[in-house]
Amino acid sequence: MMSRDVIDIKAEASAINTDKMWVIMGPQHPFSHGLWTLKAQLDGEIVTDAEPIIGYLHRGWEKECENRTYPKIIPMADRLCYAASMTYTHLYCMTVEKALGIDIPDKAKYMRIMADEICRIQSHLMWLAAVGTDLGNLTVFLWAMREREFFMDINVRLCGARMTTNFPRIGGVRNDIDEEFMMYTSRCVERFEKAVWDIISLIDDSSIFVSRMKGTGYLTRETCVNLGITGPAMRGNGVDFDIRRDDPYDNYDKVDFEVPVLNDGDSYSRYMVRIEELFQSCKIIKQTLQKIKAIGKNAPYRLKVPSKVPAGRAFARLEDPRGESMMYLVSDGTDKPYRLKVRSPIFVNVSASKPLVQGSRIADVPAIMAMIDMCLGETDR
Amino acid sequence: MTDEVYQQPSVQEISGLLRNRFPGKVEVTGTEERRVYAKADRECIHEICAYIHDCLTFEHVTSIMGNDMIDRMEVIYHLSNYFNGVMIELTAEIPADDLHIRSVADIWAGGNWHERETYELFGIIFDGHPKLQRLLTPDTYEFYPFRKSYKLRGQE
Repeated sequence: MMSRDVIDIKAEASAINTDKMWVIMGPQHPFSHGLWTLKAQLDGEIVTDAEPIIGYLHRGWEKECENRTYPKIIPMADRLCYAASMTYTHLYCMTVEKALGIDIPDKAKYMRIMADEICRIQSHLMWLAAVGTDLGNLTVFLWAMREREFFMDINVRLCGARMTTNFPRIGGVRNDIDEEFMMYTSRCVERFEKAVWDIISLIDDSSIFVSRMKGTGYLTRETCVNLGITGPAMRGNGVDFDIRRDDPYDNYDKVDFEVPVLNDGDSYSRYMVRIEELFQSCKIIKQTLQKIKAIGKNAPYRLKVPSKVPAGRAFARLEDPRGESMMYLVSDGTDKPYRLKVRSPIFVNVSASKPLVQGSRIADVPAIMAMIDMCLGETDR
Repeated sequence: MTDEVYQQPSVQEISGLLRNRFPGKVEVTGTEERRVYAKADRECIHEICAYIHDCLTFEHVTSIMGNDMIDRMEVIYHLSNYFNGVMIELTAEIPADDLHIRSVADIWAGGNWHERETYELFGIIFDGHPKLQRLLTPDTYEFYPFRKSYKLRGQE
């Protein structure tokens, strides 16, 4: 068990006998960060039952893909999650490459994982901003958003867009990067590694933040794994697993980084894991920049690929900023997919919201659900 | 009979164990580095999944999905091991006139919503599921939108 030095994990039952009441939080509610509803049954201030309701944003993404040629799905994959557009596009291209049975150039692999880590940093910073507003500190929001702007600028230099980047292509990436980009990115990353400490001290020195996160949303390792929670939320529960390290794709096995794992299993350890991942992402970006430089200017970064994918099946999985995402492709030999399935990490993580919030106070629900880092575009698809 | 528990079974061990434990019920169709592909009989899918979870330590279900092959349906399970990153892909075929399969939501609670999604989009009924209701689409829908018989504009 974890240390209980701050407050009790599960709040005590109320002494007065009152009727239980259902509170509907959402779809428009400050805590929900997107369109979803949490129905919570309250006994006094304590949540006794909860049910998440999703589907407001369901647009039949997978079915729509069956009507489009393979390259046309790349910009659609961007729209699965606007904060993690790079990872979804990367995942889609990786799945199709697997079905085609091709190996892309080394330079493209490094550029993709560099872009992935930039995406991870800006996604985590957006989460940090959301945590700030959820817990009532607007300075955290403003500072995190300010840091995020630098990474948005990197995205603009990389591919011309801030959020829906449309950068990876089947067989490589869209364009090469130049010296100026590398200089700018390494300067940004070095600056960020110092600047992020300002935000951390703002949170860790605040007793309100810490006491609202420590001890809330507690799950054991076994429950967490059985519920299918993945990503930083899982690594805060003591599961030592990261697809980048344990099932490496592209060139993640050739860069050096650590996987932060904490055993406390509460909201605070989930928060700490994400903060540590920011530093690890910086480490990966710096290494990839060196490797891209070593490969040289005129190395190929994109292959020509056929427009038709041979009949068969392929799947790929990848470590999204929010967890494990996977795509499964069934091809019938034409230029359009027969079926394309997306496994979204938040779809499963939000299904675990009942065990997460059960037994805690209603005021802690925003803090607990903030550590899941909701994104509804990929959940509802 | 109690089976031996493997925490980090290799790909060769998994395919051997599955073949020996369920002769005729599981057919290993291929292996790759950290991947095992197998076809499973739908009648004993729960038994197979329980064995994979308990004895091969596949604690996590990555996804459960449906696939409409017009003359038959398929339910595809992706199971992962957290200790060595191995994944098993299990495919169970279901005849188009009897869309039933046993639910595995009691083994992996994370499979609950995957099964609900497959039910509402393909109409495959998971027997023994705790709450088989529509999740993404409105409750009033009477059709299954991801079936191939449901045409989009532009599809002939």
